[in-house]
Amino acid sequence: MPLRLSPAVLALALTLSACGGSDDPAPVKAAPAASTPIASTPIASTPIASTPTLAAPSLTVTGQWVKTADKGMSAAFGTLVNDTGADITVVAATTPASPMVELHEVLGAGGEMKMQPRKGGFTVPAHGRLELKPGGLHIMLMNVTEPIEPGAEIAFTLKLEDGTTVPFTALGKAFKGGNEKYAPGH
Amino acid sequence: MPHPSRRALIGGGAVAAGAATAAYLARPGTPSTAEPAPAEIPAVEPFHGTHQAGIATPPQVHAAFLGFDLRPGIARADLGRLMRLLTDDARRLTAGRTGLADAQPELAGLPARLTVTFGFGPGLFRAAKLEHLRPLADLPAFPVDRLEKRWSGGDLLVQLCADDGVTLAHALRLIVKDARDFATVRWTQRGFRRSAQPQGQTQRNLMGQLDGTVQPADLDRSVWISDGPAWLRGGTLMVLRRIRMDLEKWDAADEGTKEFAMGRRLSTGAPLTGTREHDEPDLTKTAATGFTVIDDIAHIRLAKAADPALRMLRRGYNYDETVSPDGVTDSGLIFACYQADLARQFVPVQRRLAASDLLNDWTTPIGSAVFALPPGCAEDGWIGAGLLA
Repeated sequence: MPLRLSPAVLALALTLSACGGSDDPAPVKAAPAASTPIASTPIASTPIASTPTLAAPSLTVTGQWVKTADKGMSAAFGTLVNDTGADITVVAATTPASPMVELHEVLGAGGEMKMQPRKGGFTVPAHGRLELKPGGLHIMLMNVTEPIEPGAEIAFTLKLEDGTTVPFTALGKAFKGGNEKYAPGH
Repeated sequence: MPHPSRRALIGGGAVAAGAATAAYLARPGTPSTAEPAPAEIPAVEPFHGTHQAGIATPPQVHAAFLGFDLRPGIARADLGRLMRLLTDDARRLTAGRTGLADAQPELAGLPARLTVTFGFGPGLFRAAKLEHLRPLADLPAFPVDRLEKRWSGGDLLVQLCADDGVTLAHALRLIVKDARDFATVRWTQRGFRRSAQPQGQTQRNLMGQLDGTVQPADLDRSVWISDGPAWLRGGTLMVLRRIRMDLEKWDAADEGTKEFAMGRRLSTGAPLTGTREHDEPDLTKTAATGFTVIDDIAHIRLAKAADPALRMLRRGYNYDETVSPDGVTDSGLIFACYQADLARQFVPVQRRLAASDLLNDWTTPIGSAVFALPPGCAEDGWIGAGLLA
């Protein structure tokens, strides 16, 4: 997985190298950054190699909910928040509520919206967020076996590209939207 | 208008709300020194805490009271799921955040001091098979009552209050959509108060009277329950009465008659024995005629609690519904009161009023319901967990 540095971190790197007393020409360019608030944040005093935000795993899920269903299909939504300096990709999701779960996207096709598995999973940009919502990206429960009741707390686990997992609990909510036709194999 | 950040509003909210509550409950001897400027009114009323918001909270301009009947077969576990859902809606919306599955997230950004308050009626305890924990005694029948089923009873109360009507409508709809799998709506009562009057000033009802002058000084003694079943400590008991006003008949009465019936001046709200609203009425003072200035059956004499600690917190709203083809309004008061003990607070006062209050010539109770309002909850909790979890 490529480690993509945000502009803030890059500026910080340049600033630190300036402090190192190198005669690299870069310090001239970095000078404006040194006077910005970035240089005075706590991060500035921490060597990059041990900056916790880069080392800690961390995708968090907020505002998560799952559409109620007696059986068949349902979907879970929420916002994936990446507090790290690198992109994070969700490659799979599981829940006891459905033996088969897919990561879906919705595309306009022939006048109606269709959904299909999203190739490559969900990528949450570094220091960014990705919203899963009706009519957009969502976690698709393909075969709900036990009814998902309103107010029920349903367990989910996200599997990330690097093999780590992120558990969360979603609240069952009755909702009328998000009824796109499923178009497998597209 | 400058737009303070939400964080700033939340941060300053608790302090400002405390000051405003003090003003709302200001008593003689504790005058509010300065009315807060509109910019200082917090836009967010904290949802979490020892007590539910919407009770000691300075009354917002708009209110909607929803009475629900639980659907057949709803049991304790279902009620837990219901209250998790409704608590989640309330905590998000009161903070100005969108609800989960909120189909109109655009409407969530202006919390406008929204509060959402929950109460449990007798039927909820039956459904949960927890009648032994039910604190409510049914109210006795009062001779003046002309109660209509469409305004009475209910298993679950949701009280929504906000300073903005759109905020209120959005919150109401999200709540109702989450509740309807579990319950049907028995009644909806919408009310309003003056928007252009300083916080803490007693509001006027549609008869023109200052309404709510005498309030408890110590909510810990008069309103919040501190003993009995653990699940209700920090909670309170609410009586909601719909009181119809015959404004046509009231119009026909002259000012002296109106003031005599109330025992207070219409203009200032001062007792007939005083000059200012919060002057203590002199119930023994006699006029030249030899009769007491404040009549034996004047409203304020009969409504006076035997002990100040027994005063109930009143937080009423005016209602004004459809106008008849002949131009007669359907007007009245949604009388909402909160107390620790119905039998010692609401009931004896209402017995006296029902027996002889002069105001009964113009007012008729047409709805009545009682609810137990659980305490508040923490950020990871839900309202009613102490009873239903």
